[in-house]
Amino acid sequence: MGRRIGTQTVEIESKPRIIGTYNIVGPKEGQGPLKEYFDKILEDDLNGTESFEKAETSLLYTAISESIKKAKLKEVDINYLLAGDLLNQLSSSCFAARDLNIPFIGLYGACSTMAESLSVGSMIMEGGLANYVVAATSSHFSAAERQFRLPLEMGSQRAPTAQWTVTGAGAMVLGKKGNFPYVTHVTTGKVKDYGIIDVNNMGVAMAPAAVDTIKQHFMDTGRKPSDYDIIATGDLGIIGREFTEKLLLEYKYDMKGHYMDCGEKIFEAERQGTNAGGSGCGCSAVVATGYLLKNMLKGKFKRILLVSTGALLSPTSCLQGETIPGIAHAVSIEFGGE
Amino acid sequence: MNNYIMAFVVGGIICVIGQILMDTTKLTPARILVVFVTAGVILGTFNIYDVVIAYGKAGGTIPLPGFGYSLAKSVMKEVDEVGLIGAFTGGIKGAAGGITAAIFFGYIMALIFNPKTKE
Amino acid sequence: MKVEEKTIRKKFEKLNSDNIPKPNLLLHCFNSFWVGGLICVIGQFISDIFSKMGIPKDELGTYVSIVMVFLGAVLTGIGVYDKLGDFAGAGSVVPITGFANSIVSPAMEFKKEGFVFGVAAKMFTIAGPVLVYGIGSSVIVGILYYFLRW
Repeated sequence: MGRRIGTQTVEIESKPRIIGTYNIVGPKEGQGPLKEYFDKILEDDLNGTESFEKAETSLLYTAISESIKKAKLKEVDINYLLAGDLLNQLSSSCFAARDLNIPFIGLYGACSTMAESLSVGSMIMEGGLANYVVAATSSHFSAAERQFRLPLEMGSQRAPTAQWTVTGAGAMVLGKKGNFPYVTHVTTGKVKDYGIIDVNNMGVAMAPAAVDTIKQHFMDTGRKPSDYDIIATGDLGIIGREFTEKLLLEYKYDMKGHYMDCGEKIFEAERQGTNAGGSGCGCSAVVATGYLLKNMLKGKFKRILLVSTGALLSPTSCLQGETIPGIAHAVSIEFGGE
Repeated sequence: MNNYIMAFVVGGIICVIGQILMDTTKLTPARILVVFVTAGVILGTFNIYDVVIAYGKAGGTIPLPGFGYSLAKSVMKEVDEVGLIGAFTGGIKGAAGGITAAIFFGYIMALIFNPKTKE
Repeated sequence: MKVEEKTIRKKFEKLNSDNIPKPNLLLHCFNSFWVGGLICVIGQFISDIFSKMGIPKDELGTYVSIVMVFLGAVLTGIGVYDKLGDFAGAGSVVPITGFANSIVSPAMEFKKEGFVFGVAAKMFTIAGPVLVYGIGSSVIVGILYYFLRW
């Protein structure tokens, strides 16, 4: 049975395996540097549906159902579906779950949902309360723009710190057995708000939460950055990533050579015009299920720390002058060590 | 020809002022539109914007302060003609063409076209 | 490593004030200048055409604004105005074509929610304040003018 270590970390003794994954991305992501790691690249980001919201639902549904097939299972085998997204009332997840015959728990962590759902799923498995759990999340550029920002056809200039919401969905199936990457530790983050009010500067707004969770993970486990082949934050972007590296040095944790940000890596900023990088729940989901886990299976990475990061603002909170709180959840995954 | 050059320069300058506000302050485009329109109303009231229009012609009327200017001028004209009630009818009367065109053509464009994802 | 959180926060605030990339102001001003200027030239051209057609001087303004609004609406509809906005910034926002764009773009955007609560209701989400403050301030001007008559 697992145990609590330190203040925010749970050691997962039963080592639930990630026995199947699937990701699906939009055209822009499919033209980026990580394209070979995606299972499916859409040509049309409406995916044949009538609205961007319905498209996002279809992406999430596809990711979940295909990941279950990849794990050589059926829907009826899955005990819990843990999913979330950026849209009001978790629309994409709720409507995807409507078409799936799986008990559903909706989670909101903004862009931290991949690690959040993976964390909760691992803890459920550790408690011996499930045989199979699916953790999934999605985001869609146009659906997010509609809800949080400006209409698509409006003429406006993006700030250099602005990020591009990823159109993509990723799903992971957790099981008890098999030769697959497995979860060893889960560090659950606290909400951190250092007073950033600029919605075009979200990567920086989330950096304090990432710093806090990462440093707490190291302190609780007694590990250091060099114990990991790669530590991947979700969507801090180029500038948020730089801030995080510098701030962790204050704790004497040198991340150099072991650290990347999924948002920074998913797009080629200059060529694709994505300014500070990608963002959105789908960002860490597709990079984790794609670049990170596939490279683990190839033997390139033996131990990774996935730290998805989320900005917990709402369109209303911004208008009321609230600053932007952030959160980050960390999951340690290993493969090939045993 | 001179008219065109002046329209270009005056219109360009007003846009540059807007750009500086956009890039150096936290004002969003929507707030800048409000600031410019209200500025146009005030400057038109005191006959200051008239100078801009005299030199710039369309360079003064096309940017949004010009919209505010026409609101101010129409309301004053209306008050001269019908008295106090003109304060409530004059502004909209002057802007009627532009506002109605925006509503009408906006609806038609929404009927015909769909928004496309940015690249 | 025992570090106080307020130390981290101070360092964060310093990084934020020093290290945030700023937009390229000179390039933006240059682009907004000539695009905004060009749109005004087009307006002047249209004004001259109407003038030659015999439209009286005090009605020219209305004719020109209707045509410019139509142009802004069409360019928004075909998906060009947002690209123009990205390039020209205030050069596309400040002219009256930008006002049209701010009405047409949400109208198109919210079509999925139907023609009553989508298109018609959301049309003024961005331009509404312009009308409220523009017309509102004109009422104040009108009242002041009535009593003070200058």
